[in-house]
Amino acid sequence: MVEQCPSCHGEATLDSLKVCPLCGHYFPLTIAERIALVADEGSFVEMAEELRSGNPIHLEGYEEKLRENQKKSSLADAAMIGRCTIDGRRAILGIMSFAFMGGSMGSVVGEKITQAILEGALSGDPVVLFTASGGARMQEGIFSLMQMAKTASAAALLEETHTPLFLVLTNPTTGGVTASFAMLGDVILAEPGAIIGFAGPRVIEGTIGERLPKGFQRSEFQLEKGFVDAIVERAELKKTLRFLIDTHRRGR
Amino acid sequence: MDRLQDTVGAMEKIIDSDREAKHPSAWEYVLRSRKAGRPGAKTFIDLICDSFMELHGDRVYGDDPAMIGGIGIVDGRAVTFIGNRKGANLKENVLCNYGMSNPEGYRKALRLAKQAEKFSRPIVCFIDTPGAYPGVGAEERGIGEAIARNLKVFSTLNVPILVFIIGEGGSGGALGIGVGDKLYMLESAVYSVITPEGFASILLRDPSRAREAAEAMKMTSRHLKEFKVIHDIIEEGSAEETALRIKKIIIRDLDVLCAKPVNHLVRYRIRKIRGIGEVANLKAWWRPLLEVFAKTETLR
Repeated sequence: MVEQCPSCHGEATLDSLKVCPLCGHYFPLTIAERIALVADEGSFVEMAEELRSGNPIHLEGYEEKLRENQKKSSLADAAMIGRCTIDGRRAILGIMSFAFMGGSMGSVVGEKITQAILEGALSGDPVVLFTASGGARMQEGIFSLMQMAKTASAAALLEETHTPLFLVLTNPTTGGVTASFAMLGDVILAEPGAIIGFAGPRVIEGTIGERLPKGFQRSEFQLEKGFVDAIVERAELKKTLRFLIDTHRRGR
Repeated sequence: MDRLQDTVGAMEKIIDSDREAKHPSAWEYVLRSRKAGRPGAKTFIDLICDSFMELHGDRVYGDDPAMIGGIGIVDGRAVTFIGNRKGANLKENVLCNYGMSNPEGYRKALRLAKQAEKFSRPIVCFIDTPGAYPGVGAEERGIGEAIARNLKVFSTLNVPILVFIIGEGGSGGALGIGVGDKLYMLESAVYSVITPEGFASILLRDPSRAREAAEAMKMTSRHLKEFKVIHDIIEEGSAEETALRIKKIIIRDLDVLCAKPVNHLVRYRIRKIRGIGEVANLKAWWRPLLEVFAKTETLR
């Protein structure tokens, strides 16, 4: 597959990792590609696939927007959860997709992430969440804000069961997702070059008028500031997750 | 003919003012919630408490004047107070970033909440912020992490938490001190995921349509009560009258909540948070939650 790299503008021939061979730029992966990246072949079984968004604040045009995005992305909403094995180890996977309404977190995304975390709490299997989100889904008003509290409270329960929560932050992870479960992992990994932050660069420049330092809010910046444990290349991700799963078993 | 038009005009005026008396527009509520001179957290704390001592600092980086915290005595009971502070005059407004907290504010709130838990002291939060501070420094020191941690810790904190939205309830910055057992709003307070201006510029692609956005966002106390996000609306009078109403609720609720077994309190809080959202085809969501509760109970 040949694509033009948005970073170096070169013609890049991409393999399944979708990393530009010329400059190392990370192209976005679809949910299916992410599953293939970390889960053992054929091991992924989707959970809560029947969940669909309502229109809780009766916002004009939201239902059409949902239908458009469902058609365009072949996804039901901006997240998919399920069980899988990673090199033979059982795990719960949650994967967000920026392709569906900017990966925004509404009731369905919040519900799925919560269910994934609670399934981990019940089974004791580690929970691995991949984020890609512009933040809360404004079209659901206050209900989207409350998903932040919902996912964070699930993470609190998971902690009580001593079950690990691993985060993989991908480009971009911002707003209400950053300010909830994305920052609550026992270990937080990031893909190289991903934008990770709360307020978007435009908001900061627009509201406060501050100039942004070079590399601001990139994974490397967050690593330096202490909010990310490690930046992991796609090629190394499965091996890294296997290591983390093996080293986060209580009493073993 | 002129006369008739005058009559019709007068009638319309009456109808308009009548409508306004019943339900002012959402935008009118937004303006009221932001109005300079509106009583803030410190005013209410002083009116509600017999005595109050402010406590400063997050023990990590600094003290955020945009977040007030401390211990007060309400009707003989020690209570930890946490609240946003916009400042009472221009000089204070600037010092407090107009009520927009940095990570230090949320970390101070967290420290005081953990301190309250240690000494079984209930917590009262007053929300009045346009949102968390969107600045370079706030990002560098992890504003997202600070809010996220508060959401997590407050959701399982072993003391009663009462939350009052007294002015602007802006987004994650409000929610960062907004997870609790009971949530109340002053009548003209607002609570939303983004400002109407932000909603207008992003979704309506025109920042000047904020008035329209406010209506569409359903951010008034009446809407939030309808949505069952808040427990009740508190009517507003003079600062003293409103403070007295808040005080009565604090006394009433804490009498009930402080008598509850702590694990019941926390389970009820989590169950309430867990249930918020509109999702089609969702069945029996509480079942796994009850199983998790049973499991955490045996682990304790």
